[in-house]
Amino acid sequence: MSELIRRFGTLLTTVAILLTAFWLLFLVIFPYLGLFEQSFRPYLPVDEIGGPNDFYSVNNYLSMFHNPTEINLLGLTFSVPIHLWVFFITILYSSITALAALLLCYPLAYYMAKVIPPKSLPTFLLLLVIPMWVSELLRAFAWFIILAFNGPLTIVLQDLHIITDPVRWVNGLGGYSGVVIGLVYAYILFMLFPVYNSMSSLDTNQLEAAEDLGARWWQTHWRVVVPHCKPGIASGSVTVFMLAAGSILVPTLVGSTRSRWFTEIIQQWMFESQDWNTGAAYAFVLLIVCTIFVTLMMRFFKVGLADIAK
Amino acid sequence: MQGKTSHLVLRIYSIVFLLYLLVPLAVMGGAAFNDSRFPSPLPWKGFTLRWFVDLFNDETMLQSALNTVIVGIFVVILAVPIGTAGAILVNSLKGRSRTLLYATMIAPVLTPGAVIGISTLLFWYKFNVPAGLHLSVLGQVSFIAAYVMLMVLARLQSFDPALEEAALDLGASHAQMLRRVLLPHLFPAVLAGAVLAFFQSVENFNTTQFTRGSSTTLTVYVGSKVRSGITPTINALAMIMITLTILGAIAYEIKRRRDAARMAALDAE
Repeated sequence: MSELIRRFGTLLTTVAILLTAFWLLFLVIFPYLGLFEQSFRPYLPVDEIGGPNDFYSVNNYLSMFHNPTEINLLGLTFSVPIHLWVFFITILYSSITALAALLLCYPLAYYMAKVIPPKSLPTFLLLLVIPMWVSELLRAFAWFIILAFNGPLTIVLQDLHIITDPVRWVNGLGGYSGVVIGLVYAYILFMLFPVYNSMSSLDTNQLEAAEDLGARWWQTHWRVVVPHCKPGIASGSVTVFMLAAGSILVPTLVGSTRSRWFTEIIQQWMFESQDWNTGAAYAFVLLIVCTIFVTLMMRFFKVGLADIAK
Repeated sequence: MQGKTSHLVLRIYSIVFLLYLLVPLAVMGGAAFNDSRFPSPLPWKGFTLRWFVDLFNDETMLQSALNTVIVGIFVVILAVPIGTAGAILVNSLKGRSRTLLYATMIAPVLTPGAVIGISTLLFWYKFNVPAGLHLSVLGQVSFIAAYVMLMVLARLQSFDPALEEAALDLGASHAQMLRRVLLPHLFPAVLAGAVLAFFQSVENFNTTQFTRGSSTTLTVYVGSKVRSGITPTINALAMIMITLTILGAIAYEIKRRRDAARMAALDAE
């Protein structure tokens, strides 16, 4: 603090501290605490707020366990609360999305970092970035069009005589195939760039050394390249998982009649039921899941927060 | 490293990957010219520009586009000074306090937009501030300021504190030092942060959706339009966005090649 004042003077230091304090207190910490507090209060008419019925309870969270519904999985039928089921499905398919994005990006990141002629790299990067600048909404809308029943994908495949009858592309994976395709496409570049960044800092001599010492190509990757890329992989996985689990546009645009996403349930509480407190509880659950995911990734890849948020 | 074959495979893969990224955009843009009431380029029913005409006759669309720009400008005005101040503070701290401050600043980046939107809405509602675009600005600033902070912080790490010392020793006031030494060094990062902040704000849906009240931004309006009755006017809008992006990319590429040629010419001398 004293160093700051010496460097910037009292006035500038005060301004910097006030700006940062406004940001962190009024836009981050207090709203998050408010969300937490609100999530334990009942949903009441305005004139009863602060009255005898306004006491803390975990009832809003217990709504997750209401309305059991029959789920068919691998030929077995069992009964699960519907919101809890959607919650698990959201986590499962968000993880699958992150994994798929990683598998698709890894070879390309390696190509960009170690193989492509340095002269053509900037142009290649520029072409990659185009979908990123066209918004998330339009990226989802593009797949809404492509996967539509009797849409362009069906027509092209029929013309090529690969399929004869129209296919409902969004109905696979228990009704979530469209969602997964859309999520991977919408967020794949958030995996590519961190992995590419960490891979480009790898010394090419290490690859040659591994080869000279007799490593097979997969051994070189598994023992040299992947460990070096841990921060990038962790960062990309956290970002893609968080964006996928929190996505609203993609599941609504490319979902099927059977697909429901956790954010859609939050929206229902907020806008249809107008029950903001249960909405707050569900939002808090989503926040906790993302925090746990970040922590697990940091532990698993042994990286710090600074490596993840870049 | 395993010779030509694996490189060829990777090269083919990179082209397939580019096609995977770009073909969907072409399909969406192409549908803007199809004289069919469904937003699809196939089956092709003939060329038309009527979806562009419809787009410019859509009053709500124009209003929400205006709202988007206003929100974006306010986000830039707030997020850029906040993020820059935050970066300077973090950079001057060490040890635990630095880690804690940094973690708090990063938290909104790792939080789903819906959670930020709902917590902003509930927090200000307690002070009787109703939902509206002003809350969307605050919600967006909470995480966009962190992007600015990260960009400025990266730039700060290449700053030589000796320059600052020298300026102060030579009798510059703190304000002069900031204006003449530190900010010029940070300027590229601050400018890049401002551009990023504006575009992040424009494309934001999740946070805006919960805080906007009854006002709409372009992304929210288009999002709701896609869900209800879909018409190819959205494809016309998409086509415009794609064209602008490509023009920007071409301009950038020309500038880059010209700079590279100039550097090469200088090296040759």
